[in-house]
Amino acid sequence: MNAWLRRLGGYAAATLILLVGWELLSLAVGSQALPGPVPALTDFARLFFSDLLPHTGISAWRVVASMVIGAALATPLGLVVGRSPRIDAVFAPLIFLTYPVPKVVFLPVLLVLLGIGNLPKIALITLIVFFQILVTARDASRGIPTSAVLSVRSLGATRWQVFRHVVVPAALPDIFTALRISTGTAIAVLFFSETVAGSEGLGYYIIDAWSRIAYSEMFAGIIAMALLGVVLYELLEVAEGRVCRWTRVGR
Amino acid sequence: MSSVEVRDLAVTYAGVGRDVRALSALTLEVADGEPVAIIGPSGCGKSTLLLALAGLVRADEGELLVGGEPVRAPRRRTALILQDFGLLPWKTVAHNAALGLEVRGVAVGERRRVVAEALERLGIAEFADSYPGELSGGMRQRLALARALALDADLLLMDEPLSALDALTREDLQNLLLQMWRQRGHTVLLVTHSIEEAVFLGRRVVVLSPRPGRVAAIVDNPGMGDESFRNTPAFLERCVKLRRLLAAEGAFAGPALAGRVS
Ligand SMILES: Nc1ncnc2c1ncn2[C@@H]1O[C@H](COP(=O)(O)OP(=O)(O)OP(=O)(O)O)[C@@H](O)[C@H]1O
Ligand SMILES: [Mg+2]
Repeated sequence: MNAWLRRLGGYAAATLILLVGWELLSLAVGSQALPGPVPALTDFARLFFSDLLPHTGISAWRVVASMVIGAALATPLGLVVGRSPRIDAVFAPLIFLTYPVPKVVFLPVLLVLLGIGNLPKIALITLIVFFQILVTARDASRGIPTSAVLSVRSLGATRWQVFRHVVVPAALPDIFTALRISTGTAIAVLFFSETVAGSEGLGYYIIDAWSRIAYSEMFAGIIAMALLGVVLYELLEVAEGRVCRWTRVGR
Repeated sequence: MSSVEVRDLAVTYAGVGRDVRALSALTLEVADGEPVAIIGPSGCGKSTLLLALAGLVRADEGELLVGGEPVRAPRRRTALILQDFGLLPWKTVAHNAALGLEVRGVAVGERRRVVAEALERLGIAEFADSYPGELSGGMRQRLALARALALDADLLLMDEPLSALDALTREDLQNLLLQMWRQRGHTVLLVTHSIEEAVFLGRRVVVLSPRPGRVAAIVDNPGMGDESFRNTPAFLERCVKLRRLLAAEGAFAGPALAGRVS
Protein backbone atom coordinates (compact mmCIF):
# COMPACT_ATOMS: atom_id res chain seq x y z
CA MET A 1 0.00 0.00 0.00
CA ASN A 2 2.95 2.23 0.73
CA ALA A 3 3.99 1.81 -2.89
CA TRP A 4 0.63 3.18 -3.96
CA LEU A 5 1.03 6.24 -1.78
CA ARG A 6 4.47 6.86 -3.20
CA ARG A 7 3.09 6.49 -6.68
CA LEU A 8 0.27 8.95 -6.00
CA GLY A 9 2.77 11.35 -4.49
CA GLY A 10 4.85 11.04 -7.65
CA TYR A 11 1.85 11.83 -9.80
CA ALA A 12 0.96 14.84 -7.60
CA ALA A 13 4.48 16.24 -7.85
CA ALA A 14 4.63 15.67 -11.60
CA THR A 15 1.22 17.33 -12.06
CA LEU A 16 2.37 20.34 -10.07
CA ILE A 17 5.52 20.69 -12.19
CA LEU A 18 3.48 20.41 -15.38
CA LEU A 19 0.94 23.00 -14.22
CA VAL A 20 3.64 25.49 -13.23
CA GLY A 21 5.45 24.93 -16.55
CA TRP A 22 2.19 25.37 -18.42
CA GLU A 23 1.41 28.63 -16.58
CA LEU A 24 4.87 30.01 -17.32
CA LEU A 25 4.67 28.98 -20.96
CA SER A 26 1.25 30.54 -21.36
CA LEU A 27 2.50 33.80 -19.76
CA ALA A 28 5.53 33.81 -22.03
CA VAL A 29 3.56 33.15 -25.21
CA GLY A 30 0.79 35.55 -24.22
CA SER A 31 -1.65 34.28 -26.84
CA GLN A 32 -5.37 33.56 -26.68
CA ALA A 33 -4.65 30.14 -28.15
CA LEU A 34 -2.62 29.08 -25.11
CA PRO A 35 -4.64 29.86 -22.00
CA GLY A 36 -3.14 29.09 -18.60
CA PRO A 37 -4.15 26.12 -16.49
CA VAL A 38 -6.59 28.14 -14.36
CA PRO A 39 -9.18 28.93 -17.05
CA ALA A 40 -8.67 25.49 -18.60
CA LEU A 41 -9.25 23.71 -15.31
CA THR A 42 -12.20 25.96 -14.52
CA ASP A 43 -13.82 24.94 -17.80
CA PHE A 44 -12.83 21.33 -17.16
CA ALA A 45 -14.78 21.41 -13.89
CA ARG A 46 -17.70 23.36 -15.37
CA LEU A 47 -18.12 21.09 -18.41
CA PHE A 48 -17.14 17.84 -16.73
CA PHE A 49 -20.55 16.22 -16.43
CA SER A 50 -22.35 17.93 -19.26
CA ASP A 51 -19.83 17.53 -22.09
CA LEU A 52 -16.50 16.00 -21.14
CA LEU A 53 -17.69 12.85 -19.45
CA PRO A 54 -19.96 11.67 -22.32
CA HIS A 55 -17.32 12.39 -24.96
CA THR A 56 -14.59 10.76 -22.87
CA GLY A 57 -16.81 7.75 -22.35
CA ILE A 58 -17.26 7.28 -26.08
CA SER A 59 -13.57 7.76 -26.77
CA ALA A 60 -12.61 5.37 -23.99
CA TRP A 61 -14.97 2.72 -25.27
CA ARG A 62 -13.57 3.02 -28.78
CA VAL A 63 -9.99 2.74 -27.67
CA VAL A 64 -10.53 -0.06 -25.13
CA ALA A 65 -12.63 -2.12 -27.54
CA SER A 66 -9.97 -1.73 -30.22
CA MET A 67 -7.14 -2.74 -27.93
CA VAL A 68 -9.01 -5.74 -26.57
CA ILE A 69 -9.99 -6.97 -30.04
CA GLY A 70 -6.56 -6.26 -31.48
CA ALA A 71 -4.73 -8.06 -28.68
CA ALA A 72 -7.18 -10.95 -28.59
CA LEU A 73 -6.68 -11.60 -32.31
CA ALA A 74 -2.97 -10.90 -32.56
CA THR A 75 -1.66 -12.70 -29.47
CA PRO A 76 -2.64 -16.27 -30.37
CA LEU A 77 -1.77 -15.72 -34.04
CA GLY A 78 1.64 -14.23 -33.26
CA LEU A 79 2.48 -16.99 -30.80
CA VAL A 80 1.51 -19.76 -33.20
CA VAL A 81 3.41 -18.15 -36.07
CA GLY A 82 6.50 -17.73 -33.91
CA ARG A 83 6.47 -21.32 -32.68
CA SER A 84 5.98 -23.03 -36.03
CA PRO A 85 8.74 -22.64 -38.62
CA ARG A 86 6.39 -23.86 -41.33
CA ILE A 87 3.65 -21.32 -40.62
CA ASP A 88 6.27 -18.66 -40.04
CA ALA A 89 7.72 -19.24 -43.50
CA VAL A 90 4.38 -18.13 -44.94
CA PHE A 91 3.43 -15.43 -42.45
CA ALA A 92 6.75 -13.70 -41.77
CA PRO A 93 7.07 -12.12 -45.24
CA LEU A 94 3.43 -11.10 -45.02
CA ILE A 95 4.05 -9.41 -41.69
CA PHE A 96 7.25 -7.73 -42.84
CA LEU A 97 5.48 -6.33 -45.90
CA THR A 98 2.42 -5.02 -44.09
CA TYR A 99 3.82 -3.94 -40.72
CA PRO A 100 5.63 -0.78 -41.92
CA VAL A 101 2.60 0.48 -43.87
CA PRO A 102 1.10 3.35 -41.83
CA LYS A 103 -2.39 2.04 -41.18
CA VAL A 104 -3.85 5.55 -40.72
CA VAL A 105 -3.89 5.93 -44.49
CA PHE A 106 -6.77 3.47 -44.58
CA LEU A 107 -9.05 5.80 -42.64
CA PRO A 108 -10.69 7.24 -45.78
CA VAL A 109 -11.40 3.74 -47.08
CA LEU A 110 -12.81 2.65 -43.73
CA LEU A 111 -15.01 5.75 -43.59
CA VAL A 112 -16.47 4.92 -46.98
CA LEU A 113 -16.99 1.28 -46.09
CA LEU A 114 -18.10 1.57 -42.47
CA GLY A 115 -19.75 4.99 -42.15
CA ILE A 116 -18.82 7.69 -39.68
CA GLY A 117 -19.81 6.07 -36.37
CA ASN A 118 -17.78 3.91 -34.01
CA LEU A 119 -16.95 1.21 -36.52
CA PRO A 120 -14.31 2.84 -38.72
CA LYS A 121 -12.49 4.22 -35.67
CA ILE A 122 -12.47 0.92 -33.86
CA ALA A 123 -11.42 -0.87 -37.05
CA LEU A 124 -8.51 1.50 -37.61
CA ILE A 125 -7.16 1.36 -34.05
CA THR A 126 -7.67 -2.39 -33.93
CA LEU A 127 -5.62 -2.72 -37.09
CA ILE A 128 -2.76 -0.73 -35.60
CA VAL A 129 -2.78 -2.51 -32.23
CA PHE A 130 -3.13 -5.85 -34.00
CA PHE A 131 0.10 -5.41 -35.94
CA GLN A 132 2.09 -4.17 -32.97
CA ILE A 133 1.01 -7.10 -30.83
CA LEU A 134 1.42 -9.56 -33.70
CA VAL A 135 5.05 -8.63 -34.21
CA THR A 136 5.74 -8.65 -30.47
CA ALA A 137 4.04 -12.00 -29.87
CA ARG A 138 5.91 -13.59 -32.76
CA ASP A 139 9.28 -12.40 -31.50
CA ALA A 140 8.48 -13.32 -27.91
CA SER A 141 7.47 -16.87 -28.75
CA ARG A 142 10.61 -17.37 -30.84
CA GLY A 143 12.78 -16.33 -27.93
CA ILE A 144 11.48 -18.93 -25.47
CA PRO A 145 14.32 -21.08 -24.11
CA THR A 146 14.32 -24.57 -25.58
CA SER A 147 15.07 -26.10 -22.21
CA ALA A 148 11.75 -24.89 -20.75
CA VAL A 149 9.86 -26.41 -23.66
CA LEU A 150 11.83 -29.67 -23.52
CA SER A 151 11.31 -30.01 -19.77
CA VAL A 152 7.57 -29.60 -20.05
CA ARG A 153 7.39 -31.93 -23.03
CA SER A 154 9.37 -34.53 -21.10
CA LEU A 155 6.55 -34.48 -18.56
CA GLY A 156 4.27 -35.70 -21.31
CA ALA A 157 2.74 -32.36 -22.24
CA THR A 158 0.80 -32.09 -25.49
CA ARG A 159 1.37 -29.23 -27.92
CA TRP A 160 -1.55 -27.40 -26.42
CA GLN A 161 -0.25 -27.88 -22.88
CA VAL A 162 3.17 -26.55 -23.92
CA PHE A 163 1.37 -23.50 -25.23
CA ARG A 164 -0.67 -23.01 -22.13
CA HIS A 165 2.08 -23.60 -19.57
CA VAL A 166 5.12 -22.25 -21.41
CA VAL A 167 4.55 -20.20 -24.54
CA VAL A 168 1.69 -17.98 -23.40
CA PRO A 169 3.05 -17.06 -19.96
CA ALA A 170 6.55 -16.57 -21.32
CA ALA A 171 5.23 -14.06 -23.86
CA LEU A 172 2.79 -12.22 -21.58
CA PRO A 173 5.20 -9.61 -20.16
CA ASP A 174 6.25 -8.63 -23.69
CA ILE A 175 2.63 -8.46 -24.80
CA PHE A 176 1.82 -6.15 -21.91
CA THR A 177 4.76 -3.92 -22.73
CA ALA A 178 3.61 -3.72 -26.34
CA LEU A 179 0.07 -2.92 -25.20
CA ARG A 180 1.29 -0.13 -22.94
CA ILE A 181 3.37 1.33 -25.72
CA SER A 182 0.48 1.12 -28.15
CA THR A 183 -1.84 3.13 -25.88
CA GLY A 184 0.04 6.22 -27.05
CA THR A 185 -0.40 5.37 -30.72
CA ALA A 186 -3.97 4.24 -30.18
CA ILE A 187 -5.02 7.51 -28.59
CA ALA A 188 -3.23 9.57 -31.22
CA VAL A 189 -5.05 7.69 -33.98
CA LEU A 190 -8.30 7.94 -32.05
CA PHE A 191 -7.92 11.72 -31.91
CA PHE A 192 -7.18 11.91 -35.60
CA SER A 193 -10.09 9.71 -36.64
CA GLU A 194 -12.52 11.57 -34.38
CA THR A 195 -11.52 14.93 -35.84
CA VAL A 196 -12.06 13.68 -39.37
CA ALA A 197 -15.57 12.31 -39.04
CA GLY A 198 -18.45 12.09 -36.60
CA SER A 199 -19.78 14.34 -33.86
CA GLU A 200 -18.83 12.35 -30.79
CA GLY A 201 -15.67 11.69 -28.85
CA LEU A 202 -12.92 13.87 -27.41
CA GLY A 203 -11.28 14.44 -30.78
CA TYR A 204 -14.50 15.91 -32.09
CA TYR A 205 -14.94 17.94 -28.90
CA ILE A 206 -11.47 19.45 -29.09
CA ILE A 207 -11.73 20.38 -32.75
CA ASP A 208 -15.23 21.74 -32.24
CA ALA A 209 -14.03 23.99 -29.38
CA TRP A 210 -11.13 25.07 -31.56
CA SER A 211 -13.46 26.08 -34.41
CA ARG A 212 -15.57 28.06 -31.94
CA ILE A 213 -12.37 29.79 -30.73
CA ALA A 214 -13.26 28.50 -27.22
CA TYR A 215 -9.63 27.88 -26.31
CA SER A 216 -10.05 27.17 -22.61
CA GLU A 217 -12.74 24.60 -23.48
CA MET A 218 -10.38 23.12 -26.02
CA PHE A 219 -7.78 22.71 -23.30
CA ALA A 220 -10.36 21.16 -20.99
CA GLY A 221 -10.79 18.54 -23.74
CA ILE A 222 -7.03 18.13 -24.04
CA ILE A 223 -6.80 17.51 -20.29
CA ALA A 224 -9.54 14.88 -20.57
CA MET A 225 -7.65 13.17 -23.39
CA ALA A 226 -4.43 13.19 -21.39
CA LEU A 227 -6.23 11.69 -18.42
CA LEU A 228 -7.68 8.98 -20.63
CA GLY A 229 -4.17 8.04 -21.69
CA VAL A 230 -2.83 8.02 -18.15
CA VAL A 231 -5.72 5.91 -16.85
CA LEU A 232 -5.36 3.34 -19.65
CA TYR A 233 -1.63 3.10 -19.11
CA GLU A 234 -2.04 2.67 -15.36
CA LEU A 235 -4.79 0.08 -15.80
CA LEU A 236 -2.48 -1.96 -18.02
CA GLU A 237 0.26 -1.60 -15.45
CA VAL A 238 -2.03 -2.89 -12.70
CA ALA A 239 -3.30 -5.73 -14.89
CA GLU A 240 0.26 -6.72 -15.72
CA GLY A 241 1.18 -6.77 -12.04
CA ARG A 242 -1.75 -9.08 -11.40
CA VAL A 243 -1.25 -11.39 -14.36
CA CYS A 244 2.55 -11.46 -14.38
CA ARG A 245 3.24 -11.57 -10.68
CA TRP A 246 6.51 -13.46 -11.09
CA THR A 247 8.13 -10.54 -12.90
CA ARG A 248 7.84 -8.50 -9.70
CA VAL A 249 9.84 -10.88 -7.53
CA GLY A 250 13.33 -10.00 -6.49
CA ARG A 251 13.11 -6.39 -7.60
CA MET B 1 11.15 -51.95 -14.14
CA SER B 2 13.27 -49.22 -15.59
CA SER B 3 16.31 -50.87 -17.12
CA VAL B 4 17.73 -49.05 -20.11
CA GLU B 5 18.90 -50.65 -23.33
CA VAL B 6 20.43 -48.65 -26.12
CA ARG B 7 21.41 -50.58 -29.22
CA ASP B 8 23.29 -49.10 -32.17
CA LEU B 9 21.72 -45.72 -31.62
CA ALA B 10 22.32 -43.06 -34.24
CA VAL B 11 20.92 -39.55 -34.11
CA THR B 12 21.39 -36.91 -36.78
CA TYR B 13 20.31 -33.29 -36.45
CA ALA B 14 19.25 -31.38 -39.50
CA GLY B 15 21.42 -28.35 -38.92
CA VAL B 16 21.48 -25.11 -40.86
CA GLY B 17 23.38 -25.90 -44.02
CA ARG B 18 24.62 -29.34 -43.09
CA ASP B 19 23.46 -32.26 -41.01
CA VAL B 20 25.18 -33.05 -37.74
CA ARG B 21 25.60 -36.64 -36.71
CA ALA B 22 25.49 -36.43 -32.92
CA LEU B 23 25.50 -40.13 -32.01
CA SER B 24 26.54 -43.12 -34.01
CA ALA B 25 26.32 -46.81 -33.15
CA LEU B 26 26.01 -46.18 -29.44
CA THR B 27 25.30 -49.28 -27.39
CA LEU B 28 24.73 -49.21 -23.65
CA GLU B 29 22.89 -51.28 -21.08
CA VAL B 30 21.90 -50.02 -17.68
CA ALA B 31 20.35 -52.39 -15.19
CA ASP B 32 17.20 -51.64 -13.28
CA GLY B 33 18.12 -49.41 -10.33
CA GLU B 34 21.68 -48.85 -11.45
CA PRO B 35 23.22 -45.36 -11.26
CA VAL B 36 25.42 -44.62 -14.25
CA ALA B 37 27.47 -41.49 -14.87
CA ILE B 38 28.21 -40.39 -18.42
CA ILE B 39 31.18 -38.24 -19.24
CA GLY B 40 32.76 -37.21 -22.50
CA PRO B 41 34.13 -34.35 -24.57
CA SER B 42 31.92 -31.35 -25.12
CA GLY B 43 29.58 -31.78 -28.07
CA CYS B 44 29.91 -35.56 -28.18
CA GLY B 45 26.16 -36.09 -27.89
CA LYS B 46 25.57 -36.64 -24.17
CA SER B 47 22.55 -34.35 -24.04
CA THR B 48 21.27 -35.92 -27.23
CA LEU B 49 21.41 -39.37 -25.65
CA LEU B 50 19.31 -38.20 -22.70
CA LEU B 51 16.82 -36.42 -24.93
CA ALA B 52 16.45 -39.56 -27.02
CA LEU B 53 15.86 -41.62 -23.88
CA ALA B 54 13.29 -39.06 -22.74
CA GLY B 55 11.45 -39.54 -26.02
CA LEU B 56 12.13 -35.99 -27.22
CA VAL B 57 14.60 -36.70 -29.98
CA ARG B 58 14.00 -39.33 -32.62
CA ALA B 59 16.54 -42.06 -33.25
CA ASP B 60 17.54 -42.45 -36.88
CA GLU B 61 18.86 -45.93 -36.35
CA GLY B 62 18.98 -48.45 -33.59
CA GLU B 63 16.80 -49.31 -30.67
CA LEU B 64 15.95 -47.60 -27.41
CA LEU B 65 14.25 -49.58 -24.69
CA VAL B 66 13.27 -48.44 -21.22
CA GLY B 67 11.86 -51.14 -18.98
CA GLY B 68 11.80 -53.38 -22.03
CA GLU B 69 9.47 -51.04 -23.92
CA PRO B 70 10.57 -49.10 -27.01
CA VAL B 71 10.72 -45.35 -26.34
CA ARG B 72 8.50 -43.51 -28.76
CA ALA B 73 7.21 -40.63 -26.64
CA PRO B 74 7.87 -39.27 -23.14
CA ARG B 75 7.40 -42.08 -20.67
CA ARG B 76 5.32 -41.67 -17.59
CA ARG B 77 7.94 -42.41 -14.96
CA THR B 78 10.99 -40.97 -16.67
CA ALA B 79 12.15 -37.64 -15.25
CA LEU B 80 14.44 -35.35 -17.21
CA ILE B 81 16.40 -32.68 -15.35
CA LEU B 82 18.32 -30.24 -17.50
CA GLN B 83 21.20 -28.00 -16.55
CA ASP B 84 19.01 -24.96 -15.90
CA PHE B 85 16.49 -27.24 -14.14
CA GLY B 86 13.70 -26.53 -16.63
CA LEU B 87 11.65 -24.63 -14.09
CA LEU B 88 8.95 -22.24 -15.23
CA PRO B 89 9.57 -18.79 -13.69
CA TRP B 90 5.87 -17.91 -13.93
CA LYS B 91 4.69 -20.76 -11.78
CA THR B 92 5.07 -20.99 -8.04
CA VAL B 93 7.31 -23.63 -6.49
CA ALA B 94 4.35 -25.86 -5.69
CA HIS B 95 2.92 -25.41 -9.17
CA ASN B 96 6.26 -26.22 -10.78
CA ALA B 97 6.54 -29.39 -8.75
CA ALA B 98 2.97 -30.33 -9.66
CA LEU B 99 3.36 -29.70 -13.37
CA GLY B 100 4.01 -33.29 -14.33
CA LEU B 101 0.94 -34.42 -12.45
CA GLU B 102 -1.20 -31.63 -13.88
CA VAL B 103 -0.14 -32.41 -17.43
CA ARG B 104 -1.19 -35.99 -16.82
CA GLY B 105 -4.59 -35.00 -15.53
CA VAL B 106 -4.12 -36.01 -11.88
CA ALA B 107 -6.89 -34.52 -9.70
CA VAL B 108 -6.10 -31.34 -7.75
CA GLY B 109 -6.44 -32.89 -4.29
CA GLU B 110 -4.11 -35.74 -5.09
CA ARG B 111 -1.69 -33.31 -6.70
CA ARG B 112 -1.55 -31.15 -3.58
CA ARG B 113 -0.92 -34.10 -1.32
CA VAL B 114 1.85 -35.59 -3.46
CA VAL B 115 3.55 -32.25 -4.05
CA ALA B 116 3.43 -31.23 -0.40
CA GLU B 117 5.12 -34.49 0.47
CA ALA B 118 7.80 -34.10 -2.21
CA LEU B 119 8.59 -30.51 -1.21
CA GLU B 120 8.74 -31.60 2.41
CA ARG B 121 11.21 -34.36 1.61
CA LEU B 122 13.49 -31.99 -0.22
CA GLY B 123 13.31 -29.37 2.48
CA ILE B 124 11.68 -26.61 0.46
CA ALA B 125 8.12 -26.88 1.78
CA GLU B 126 8.20 -23.38 3.25
CA PHE B 127 8.82 -21.95 -0.21
CA ALA B 128 5.79 -23.60 -1.79
CA ASP B 129 4.21 -20.25 -2.68
CA SER B 130 7.39 -18.51 -3.82
CA TYR B 131 8.49 -18.21 -7.42
CA PRO B 132 11.65 -19.94 -8.69
CA GLY B 133 13.22 -16.50 -9.12
CA GLU B 134 13.16 -16.16 -5.35
CA LEU B 135 15.09 -19.38 -4.73
CA SER B 136 18.83 -19.96 -4.54
CA GLY B 137 20.45 -22.22 -7.12
CA GLY B 138 20.55 -25.14 -4.73
CA MET B 139 16.88 -24.79 -3.87
CA ARG B 140 15.98 -24.64 -7.56
CA GLN B 141 17.79 -27.92 -8.05
CA ARG B 142 15.85 -29.35 -5.12
CA LEU B 143 12.64 -28.19 -6.76
CA ALA B 144 13.56 -29.96 -10.00
CA LEU B 145 14.15 -33.11 -7.94
CA ALA B 146 10.83 -32.60 -6.16
CA ARG B 147 9.12 -32.57 -9.55
CA ALA B 148 10.74 -35.92 -10.33
CA LEU B 149 9.70 -37.28 -6.93
CA ALA B 150 6.13 -36.10 -7.45
CA LEU B 151 6.04 -38.17 -10.63
CA ASP B 152 7.38 -41.13 -8.69
CA ALA B 153 10.06 -41.38 -11.36
CA ASP B 154 11.93 -44.67 -11.61
CA LEU B 155 14.35 -43.37 -14.24
CA LEU B 156 16.19 -40.12 -13.65
CA LEU B 157 17.89 -38.56 -16.65
CA MET B 158 20.06 -35.66 -15.50
CA ASP B 159 22.03 -33.40 -17.81
CA GLU B 160 24.77 -31.62 -15.87
CA PRO B 161 22.28 -30.89 -13.12
CA LEU B 162 24.80 -29.45 -10.67
CA SER B 163 27.17 -27.59 -12.94
CA ALA B 164 25.56 -24.21 -12.32
CA LEU B 165 26.04 -24.48 -8.55
CA ASP B 166 28.89 -23.32 -6.32
CA ALA B 167 31.23 -25.97 -4.93
CA LEU B 168 29.65 -26.26 -1.47
CA THR B 169 26.06 -26.44 -2.71
CA ARG B 170 27.15 -28.92 -5.32
CA GLU B 171 28.64 -31.26 -2.77
CA ASP B 172 25.54 -30.92 -0.63
CA LEU B 173 23.34 -31.87 -3.58
CA GLN B 174 25.62 -34.71 -4.63
CA ASN B 175 25.04 -36.14 -1.18
CA LEU B 176 21.30 -35.58 -1.60
CA LEU B 177 21.28 -37.35 -4.99
CA LEU B 178 23.15 -40.27 -3.48
CA GLN B 179 20.80 -40.43 -0.52
CA MET B 180 17.72 -40.29 -2.77
CA TRP B 181 19.10 -43.07 -4.91
CA ARG B 182 19.85 -45.24 -1.87
CA GLN B 183 16.34 -44.74 -0.53
CA ARG B 184 14.46 -45.16 -3.78
CA GLY B 185 16.66 -47.36 -5.92
CA HIS B 186 15.76 -45.65 -9.18
CA THR B 187 17.81 -46.00 -12.33
CA VAL B 188 20.04 -42.98 -12.98
CA LEU B 189 21.76 -41.66 -16.08
CA LEU B 190 23.77 -38.67 -14.97
CA VAL B 191 25.64 -36.58 -17.52
CA THR B 192 28.41 -34.58 -15.95
CA HIS B 193 31.61 -32.75 -16.80
CA SER B 194 33.06 -33.37 -13.39
CA ILE B 195 35.24 -36.44 -12.98
CA GLU B 196 34.76 -36.40 -9.20
CA GLU B 197 31.01 -36.21 -9.56
CA ALA B 198 30.99 -39.10 -12.00
CA VAL B 199 33.01 -41.26 -9.62
CA PHE B 200 30.93 -40.22 -6.60
CA LEU B 201 27.54 -40.87 -8.20
CA GLY B 202 28.12 -43.57 -10.82
CA ARG B 203 28.28 -47.27 -10.07
CA ARG B 204 29.68 -47.36 -13.57
CA VAL B 205 31.16 -44.44 -15.46
CA VAL B 206 30.59 -44.42 -19.20
CA VAL B 207 33.13 -42.51 -21.28
CA LEU B 208 31.92 -41.34 -24.67
CA SER B 209 34.11 -40.67 -27.68
CA PRO B 210 34.15 -37.29 -29.46
CA ARG B 211 31.29 -36.64 -31.85
CA PRO B 212 29.66 -38.69 -33.19
CA GLY B 213 29.45 -40.19 -29.71
CA ARG B 214 30.01 -43.88 -29.05
CA VAL B 215 30.91 -45.68 -25.86
CA ALA B 216 34.68 -45.45 -25.64
CA ALA B 217 35.14 -47.09 -22.25
CA ILE B 218 33.23 -48.14 -19.18
CA VAL B 219 34.84 -47.86 -15.76
CA ASP B 220 33.47 -50.04 -12.99
CA ASN B 221 33.19 -48.22 -9.73
CA PRO B 222 32.02 -50.70 -7.10
CA GLY B 223 33.11 -48.54 -4.14
CA MET B 224 30.45 -45.95 -4.87
CA GLY B 225 27.41 -45.68 -2.63
CA ASP B 226 28.63 -44.01 0.51
CA GLU B 227 29.23 -40.37 1.30
CA SER B 228 32.60 -41.19 2.83
CA PHE B 229 33.78 -42.72 -0.44
CA ARG B 230 34.93 -39.23 -1.39
CA ASN B 231 37.71 -39.37 1.19
CA THR B 232 39.18 -42.74 0.27
CA PRO B 233 42.31 -43.47 -1.78
CA ALA B 234 40.21 -45.70 -4.04
CA PHE B 235 38.12 -42.66 -5.00
CA LEU B 236 41.15 -40.62 -5.94
CA GLU B 237 42.67 -43.51 -7.82
CA ARG B 238 39.55 -43.93 -9.88
CA CYS B 239 39.45 -40.22 -10.65
CA VAL B 240 43.01 -40.38 -11.93
CA LYS B 241 42.20 -43.39 -14.07
CA LEU B 242 39.18 -41.65 -15.53
CA ARG B 243 41.15 -38.51 -16.24
CA ARG B 244 43.69 -40.57 -18.19
CA LEU B 245 40.94 -42.23 -20.19
CA LEU B 246 39.38 -38.88 -21.00
CA ALA B 247 42.71 -37.45 -22.05
CA ALA B 248 43.13 -40.43 -24.37
CA GLU B 249 39.73 -39.59 -25.88
CA GLY B 250 40.93 -36.08 -26.56
CA ALA B 251 38.46 -34.61 -24.10
CA PHE B 252 40.89 -31.88 -23.09
CA ALA B 253 42.34 -31.31 -26.54
CA GLY B 254 39.63 -29.08 -28.01
CA PRO B 255 40.48 -25.59 -29.24
CA ALA B 256 40.82 -23.58 -26.04
CA LEU B 257 38.29 -20.91 -26.96
CA ALA B 258 35.79 -22.94 -28.96
CA GLY B 259 32.19 -22.08 -28.12
CA ARG B 260 30.50 -24.65 -25.91
CA VAL B 261 27.50 -26.32 -27.44
CA SER B 262 25.04 -27.50 -24.83
N1 LIG C 1 18.92 -28.94 -32.00
C1 LIG C 1 20.08 -29.18 -32.64
N2 LIG C 1 20.20 -28.91 -33.94
C2 LIG C 1 21.35 -29.14 -34.60
N3 LIG C 1 22.45 -29.65 -34.03
C3 LIG C 1 22.39 -29.95 -32.73
C4 LIG C 1 21.22 -29.72 -31.96
N4 LIG C 1 21.46 -30.12 -30.69
C5 LIG C 1 22.74 -30.55 -30.68
N5 LIG C 1 23.30 -30.47 -31.90
C6 LIG C 1 24.67 -30.89 -32.25
O1 LIG C 1 24.82 -32.23 -31.91
C7 LIG C 1 26.06 -32.46 -31.29
C8 LIG C 1 25.86 -33.09 -29.93
O2 LIG C 1 25.19 -32.18 -29.10
P1 LIG C 1 24.89 -32.46 -27.57
O3 LIG C 1 24.20 -31.28 -27.05
O4 LIG C 1 24.21 -33.76 -27.44
O5 LIG C 1 26.37 -32.56 -26.98
P2 LIG C 1 26.82 -32.69 -25.46
O6 LIG C 1 27.71 -33.86 -25.37
O7 LIG C 1 25.68 -32.61 -24.55
O8 LIG C 1 27.72 -31.37 -25.31
P3 LIG C 1 28.03 -30.54 -24.00
O9 LIG C 1 28.96 -31.36 -23.18
O10 LIG C 1 28.70 -29.31 -24.52
O11 LIG C 1 26.73 -30.28 -23.33
C9 LIG C 1 26.76 -31.13 -31.20
O12 LIG C 1 27.72 -31.08 -32.22
C10 LIG C 1 25.71 -30.11 -31.47
O13 LIG C 1 26.21 -29.06 -32.22
MG1 LIG D 1 25.01 -31.19 -23.17
